[in-house]
Parts: sequence; structure tokens; C-alpha cells
Amino acid sequence: MSVLLQTAEATTPMWSALAPAIVLALTGLVLLGIDTVWSDDPNNTVLAGTAAGGSLLAFGITAWFLVAGTGQPQTGGAISLYGESLVVDGMSLFFTLITTIVTAMVAVAAYDYLDGHEHRAEFYSMVLFAATGMATMATANSLATAFVSLELASLPSYALVAYLRKNRGSVEAGLKYLLIGSVSSAVFVFGISLIYAASGSLIFADVASALGSGVSEMTGVVGLGVLMIVGGMAFKTASVPFHFWAPEAYEGAPAPISAFLSSASKAAGFALAFRVFVEAFPLGAIPAGVDWVLAFQVLAVVTMTLGNFAAATQENVKRMLAYSSIGHAGYALIGLAALTAGGPNGDVLGASMAHLLVYGFMNTGAFLFIALVEHWGVGRTFEDYNGLASAAPVAAVAMTVFMFSLAGLPPFGGFLSKYALFYSAIESGFWWLAAVGAVNSALSLFYYSRVVKAMWIEEPSGTFEIQSRPVGLYAAVLFAGLGTLLLLPAFGPVIETAQTVAAALF
Amino acid sequence: MIIEALIAVTFLAALVVFVAPDEYAGRLAAALSALPVLGSLWMWAQYDASGNALLGGSIAFETDFVWLTLGSLDLHWFVGVDGISLPLVVLTTILSTLAIISAWTPISERQSQFYGLMLFMEANLLGVFTALDFFAWFVFWEAVLVPMYFLIGVWGGPNRRYAAIKFFVYTNVASLVMFIGFIALVFGLGDSVSSMRLPEIAQALRAGELAGFAGLNAGMLKTVAFVAMFLGFAVKVPVAPLHTWLPDAHVEAPTPVSVMLAGVLLKMGTYALLRFNFTMMPDVATALVVPIAGIAVISVIYGALLALAQQDLKRIVAYSSVSSMGYVILGLVAYTTYGVGGATFQMIAHGLISGLMFMAVGVIYNTTHTRMVGDMSGIADRMPVTAGIFVAGAFGYMGLPLMAGFAGEFFIFKGSFASTVHSGMPLFTAAAMFGIVIVAGYLLFAMQRTLFGPFSFDGDYEITTAPMQDVAPLAVLLLLVIVLGVAPDLFFGMIQDAVNPILTGGGL
Repeated sequence: MSVLLQTAEATTPMWSALAPAIVLALTGLVLLGIDTVWSDDPNNTVLAGTAAGGSLLAFGITAWFLVAGTGQPQTGGAISLYGESLVVDGMSLFFTLITTIVTAMVAVAAYDYLDGHEHRAEFYSMVLFAATGMATMATANSLATAFVSLELASLPSYALVAYLRKNRGSVEAGLKYLLIGSVSSAVFVFGISLIYAASGSLIFADVASALGSGVSEMTGVVGLGVLMIVGGMAFKTASVPFHFWAPEAYEGAPAPISAFLSSASKAAGFALAFRVFVEAFPLGAIPAGVDWVLAFQVLAVVTMTLGNFAAATQENVKRMLAYSSIGHAGYALIGLAALTAGGPNGDVLGASMAHLLVYGFMNTGAFLFIALVEHWGVGRTFEDYNGLASAAPVAAVAMTVFMFSLAGLPPFGGFLSKYALFYSAIESGFWWLAAVGAVNSALSLFYYSRVVKAMWIEEPSGTFEIQSRPVGLYAAVLFAGLGTLLLLPAFGPVIETAQTVAAALF
Repeated sequence: MIIEALIAVTFLAALVVFVAPDEYAGRLAAALSALPVLGSLWMWAQYDASGNALLGGSIAFETDFVWLTLGSLDLHWFVGVDGISLPLVVLTTILSTLAIISAWTPISERQSQFYGLMLFMEANLLGVFTALDFFAWFVFWEAVLVPMYFLIGVWGGPNRRYAAIKFFVYTNVASLVMFIGFIALVFGLGDSVSSMRLPEIAQALRAGELAGFAGLNAGMLKTVAFVAMFLGFAVKVPVAPLHTWLPDAHVEAPTPVSVMLAGVLLKMGTYALLRFNFTMMPDVATALVVPIAGIAVISVIYGALLALAQQDLKRIVAYSSVSSMGYVILGLVAYTTYGVGGATFQMIAHGLISGLMFMAVGVIYNTTHTRMVGDMSGIADRMPVTAGIFVAGAFGYMGLPLMAGFAGEFFIFKGSFASTVHSGMPLFTAAAMFGIVIVAGYLLFAMQRTLFGPFSFDGDYEITTAPMQDVAPLAVLLLLVIVLGVAPDLFFGMIQDAVNPILTGGGL
């Protein structure tokens, strides 16, 4: 087997390392092709099957690469492509893994959700193109490709949020998302230009060496540039201060798209943020006045606290999940906030990546449960959920798993990933960061358990008219639930892989 | 592998019952729950270990492998039993089966979900009493709360939502406090431990390997962690003044759930106190003997006085649990072989007797639909067998010789009276003994008014003898109480063997 792999690696061209992103893009094109050649509205099963199949194929290839060690030290280190503007290494593959599996779940769930809607082919192809952008974000190794891939991920997302074009909420959400997205893109690209002015390069490694060789007269410019790039990242990861699009967009968007944005898109934002700050602005090389770690510490604490307290005051379940998603961005930011020069950085960053993987399952599952509930025509508030468990016990069990796992309660994957994150923060000496995280996590149980309480314990206010058991939505929700459960006993290989590939960055 | 098999079989049974049709879910659950009973009895028969599992003794039915590696600490899947945990495992399996049978009459809605959750809880309880790695233990410890929350919240009385949330919030906050205390200790131990396995941590702590952490020196850290963990576990026990969730939970919970709550869940608290605080940090425990013994005595007396003031039979039994758990704490802090051993024995004895009392109250309630002392009298006239067992159980509670309660309390008093950890221990013991007088007072008073005298009942219900399925579990429990009272050595031998290493050696 290993001999086979080696010969395969020796004979395949370098660009084949980008196979996951290429498969995603091709699937998007195939979907457009189907739409063109099909006489009238294409068959939904064919579309959803193609989209899910393509993303699962990309997932399989990514997993194979990760196991085979593509781009990792044991097979010759990171594979750098196109004049170093793209790089395939363990971290990019790890994040592609998150993007592709979330895309597959969303595609399967959309099969039922889109029943009776127009322009389904466009929907699926835009999801796949956005996923291509996200997979590319994970491989971006220069500020130019970073910006291009970020836009590739964002532009289809704007349209997808506004997909329900006869629904005012959806259109309004799309507009807000577009406006704030444009502003933050502008800020981001301006930051890039400042960094280019100071360092004379866009390639991360060259930026780092230019900053390391001294830019003392340009320190202010570098500082401003870094701050603006932080802003661009905050938009994509839905962190403070560019978080306020998230509740609107997630609430108005079709629920599968909310799942897609809050899981895959957020993870891709973190992939980019991790690489930019670790590779282009390494702690050893940046000028003394540019302390981005401090910025991320402030952002992490503010983001998780604000997300949590806002979530606690919501009456609408989808909006509560949107704020909880902001809170989780705060936890994931610990991966950058607890970095120190010479500390156990690989462990911290890896723990944050592992949390994003577990989050990819539990958060996607939660939003897809919302999709299921919307499909049934049940309302969106906590009260509308009263007694839902008696009408749909199996789906309610899955939702209970997601809620408790998001809250970090032990028998589920979310417990171990949060524990690993806080533990590694303490190991790096940031026990106060871990303490803030732990307290926030404990408080979050309040609003997560409200959903559980409504579903299982409250009496229904009316009768539910649930006739259908949509296969696709059920399959996606149960798959996510199974993943959330199995990530407890199987967390070992996940965290070990994440910490190994993260350590390779430093 | 028998422990893994036991836990896995119970989980699978929970899953099967959860999706089974309502008509025979109760029968199926009882039949399936007999498997862990047989397994635990087999374990008891085959038990051959000696010493304390945490302090270098041999561990029975042990499995140990690395679960995952995180930084410098490995998390293990590490299970096994010693003389302290095996009796609790047996108690858990037997009481679960009996509680499931006692649910046949009162539970009529969403039955498959009810029995599924009961079995799910049993599986996690087995995990709590067998896990020897902190992490695995904590996973099970927290996982017990989830089914309990639903069991109270869905099948409880009129005020069930409040009671369920109160239970959940109290115990979760307590767990967090305890978790932080323990993790601070582990960080304070630094490189002297390489995993979260409890034996490793216990031995390192007793060997004085603790260094400072987060600005605290070793001594301060140890005291702070001890207090944090004590508070965390004390909520579960519960100890006055942290007991206020208990009466609410008991009153609202359906009878079978009360049986599990009083019989097994409260023992999680005392078991954890013994395993963590009193085994790992005997020096701090003996230094804090006055406040701990004080809290114990206050729980005994205050709990009994509260029970005296109640009209609801279930509340009376609930508050008397607070009182009985006070004895356990007193026995633990005495640090004598009879004190700590008696406390462990009392956990088993109280588990059986309080289970019996809750079940008996439940059987009466099934027929009368009231639990108020003033609403009925002379019930013994119509339900002679139930009333007889009720009276026998109450005498067990009061500590009648040749019943398990007597053995437990006698051991504790003997141990704490002779204790040398503090010169005031005889005084504390004497004060706690007054609790027995009050217990006798309220139980006799309640029985006299409800069971005896001329028959009168205000309700619209026909009062007849209880069905066989209600009385059978009561009879089994009574039998066990008497067997353990006549022959305490069925468990006490292995308990003493496991307790003795705690009392000697480093740290004390």
C-alpha cells in the first residue's frame, strides 16, 4: 500500500494536491451543465445527488490525503503551488475536511428543503462554488489569493442568503450581509495594501521575512494593516466587531444555508486567519508595537461573552443559534489568542481546529433540525417548539444531543473539544482565558437547555400537523447527531491529527 | 471486561426499550435490567481483590488503556472495582430493577421513553462507580444528570418544571466548581503525574508532590481545591445548607425516580467525597475536621427537624435522607476503620431503606392519590401487607437492631466516638445521636396518624390491597435490609479491607 502511494505521488503532477477544491468546482460546473441540457426544471434528486456525491468525493480525497500524509513532514513537507500563492499542507486538508463534510450534509438536507422552489440547480451550484472558495481559503498562501478566495466564498453566499426571494426576511438578510460584507472586504483589501506598502510582498513567507528584517519607520503602517486584516477575518468568522450581520443573515436565510455559513464558512475564515497570522505575522518577526495576540485576546473574550449574553435573551430559536455561533467563534479565537513565542502553540491551534471540526457537526446538525422544523411549518420561537418531542421523538433526540454538545456537557463531542481547547490555553499560561471560556460555557447551558425543555417537558400549545418524514433532512440530521456522539470516543485521532498538523506551521 | 459488558448491555437495553412499543416497554425493561443484576452478583461472587484501588491495592476486573493524549496528560479508559465500589455497583443494579418494576403501576404515559431513560441512567451510574480515570468518571458523572432531568421534568408532579431546572442548575454548578478544583490540583501536580488516573493522582497527592499553581502555594492550593471539591460533592449528598433542591426534586419526581434519586444518586456524592477528598487529601480533611463534623451534625439535626415539620409523607422521607447523609459525613471525617467503613456501609443500607420507604409511600399514593398525613388514617386496615412493610422499613430507618440501618449507624457511632482526629469528636457524635430520637419521633407520629387508628379517607378512591407487582419489590427490599442487618459482613469485610489503607500512610 505504502509503495503504491509513493509511486502514485511520484507520478502525479503537483497540482493534483488541489484535487478536493477542483472536484468541488467541477461539481458546481456539472450542476450548471445539467441545468442547461435538461429540458425543463431538472430533477431534484439528480441535483442533490450530484452535489452531495461531489462533496463526498472531495471529502474522501481529503481524508485519503490526510491519512497518506500529503503535504506533511513525513512526505516532504508542504506542497507549494503557483509561485507559492497556494499551499497544501496538513492544516489546509484538515479544514477542507470540515468544509466538504458540512457541504455534503447541507446538500442532502436541501433536497427536501428546496421541494417546490425554483432555481434549484443554481442553489446547489452556488453552494459548491462557495465551498470551492472555502477550500481555497484554507490553501491560500498569499494575501492576493486570500482575498480572491474570500470573495469566491462570499459572493455566492450573498445570493444564497437571499435565495427565498419572495420572503422579505430572506431578502433583507441578503442585503445586510452584502453591505457589511462589502465594507469588511474593503477594509480587508485596504489592510492588504498597507502591508504590501510596508513589506513589498504579498506572499506570507516574504511578508514575514521583510517584517523580520526591520521596518521600524513603517511600524504604524504595519500596525494599521494588521488591524484591518483582523477586521476582515472578524467578518468571515462572525466575530466582534464585524459580527452583527450574523443574526440577521442566519435568521433570514434558508436554514440549510444558515448551517452552511455558520459552520463551513466560519471554519474557512479561521483557516485563513490562522495561516495569515502564524505565517505572515509570526510572533518572532513582527515589530514590537504590533501586538495582534493582544487584539485577539480582547476579541475572544468580548466575542464569547457578547454572543452568550445575546443568545440568552432571544425568543427565536434560530436567532439564539446565530448568537451561539458568535459565542463559539469566541472560543475558537482562543487558538490565536493563546499563542506565545516558543509556547506549545501547535497544541493550542490544534485544539481550536479540533473544536471547529466538532462544531461543524453539532452546529450544522442544529441548524438542519431548524430546517426540518421549518419544513414542517412549525414556528420559530421557543414556545412553538413546545412538545415537539412527542410528535418527532427521534429528531428531538438528535437536537437534544446537539444542544447539550454545544453547551459542552460531557457525554458528547463538544465536551472534549472545549476541554482540549481550555486545557491547552492553560498549558500556554492563559488560565484566565480558559476561565472566561469555562464560565461562558457554563452559562450557555441556560439557553441551550431551553430548547430541550421546550421540546420534551412543556405541553404543546396546539397539535402538530406533521405528516411527512423527509428522508434527506432526517438523514442529514441523524448523520450529524451520530458524528457528534462518536466524536467523544473517537476524539483521540482527531485531536492528535489537528495538533500534529498545527505544529507543522510553527 | 465484565464491567464494559455490564455498561454496554445496559446502554443497549436502554436503546432497545426506547424504541419499543409502550405496551410491553415496562416488562421488557425489567427483564433486560435483570442482566446487569446477574452480572454484578457474579462480580461479587468472583471478587478477589484486596486493598484500596486508589492506594496501590489490587483492582478487580480491571481494564486500562489510553483513550487520548492531550498535552502532557493522557486520558485513559480505566475501570475496575474494589471493596468500596463493588457494593455500590450491586446496589445500583438491584435497585434499578426494583425501581423499574415499581414503575409499572404509576407510569402510564410515554412509557418506552421512561424506561429507556431509567436504563440509560443505570448504565451511567455503573460507570460512575467503576471508572478509575478522572475523565471517564466525570463523563459518566455528568451524564447521570441528563436522564434525571428528563425523568423529573416529564413525568413529575404539577411543579415538575421548576424542580427539574432547580436540580439541573444546582448539580451542574456544583460539578463545575468541583471540576475546577480538581483540575487546579492536577496542574499543581505538574510533571509528577502523567495521566488523569485516580490512583496516580491520589498517590502523588499523598506523597506530597503538589506544587503551587496560579499564584497559590501548595498548601493554599490544596485547601482551596479541597473546599471547592467538598462543596461540589456536598450539593449532591446533599448537606445542609445546600440541600434545598432535594425536597423539590423528590416531591415532584414520580416514585421510581425518587427511589433512584435517594437510593443511588445521593450516594454518588458521598462516594465521590470518600474517593476524592477523604482518600486523596486526608491532611486537609483532618485539619478541617471541626467545620466538616459541624456540618455533618447540623445536617443530621436540621434535616430531622425539617422532617418533623412536614405533612407530606414523601417530604418526610426526603428530609430524613438529609439527616442520614449527615451520619455518613460524620463517619468519613472520623478516620477510623469503623467510621469510614461504617459510612460506606451506611451508603448501602440507606440506599436500600430509603428506596423501600419511597416505594412504600408510592404504593400508598397509587391507591389513595394523596400523600398528606392528615388526609387518611387507618390505612393498615385496607392494605395490611403494605402497611406492615412500611412499618418494618421505618423501624429500619430508626436503627432497629438486626436491620441494615442499625449496623451502619452503629459502626459510624463506634468509629466516630473513638476517633482521635479531634478531641471534640465524642461531643459531635453525641450530638448527632440525638438525630435518632427525632427520626423515631416523626416516623412513629406519621405512621400512627396514617396507618393506624380507625379507617377514614376523604378521597373518592376505592382503597384495596395493593397489586402484587407493587408489593413484590417492597418485600425484596425488606428482605435485603434484614439480610444485611443480620450478616453485615457480606459487604463489611471487603469494605473494611478497602478502607484501611486510607487511614494509614502518607498525609495523615
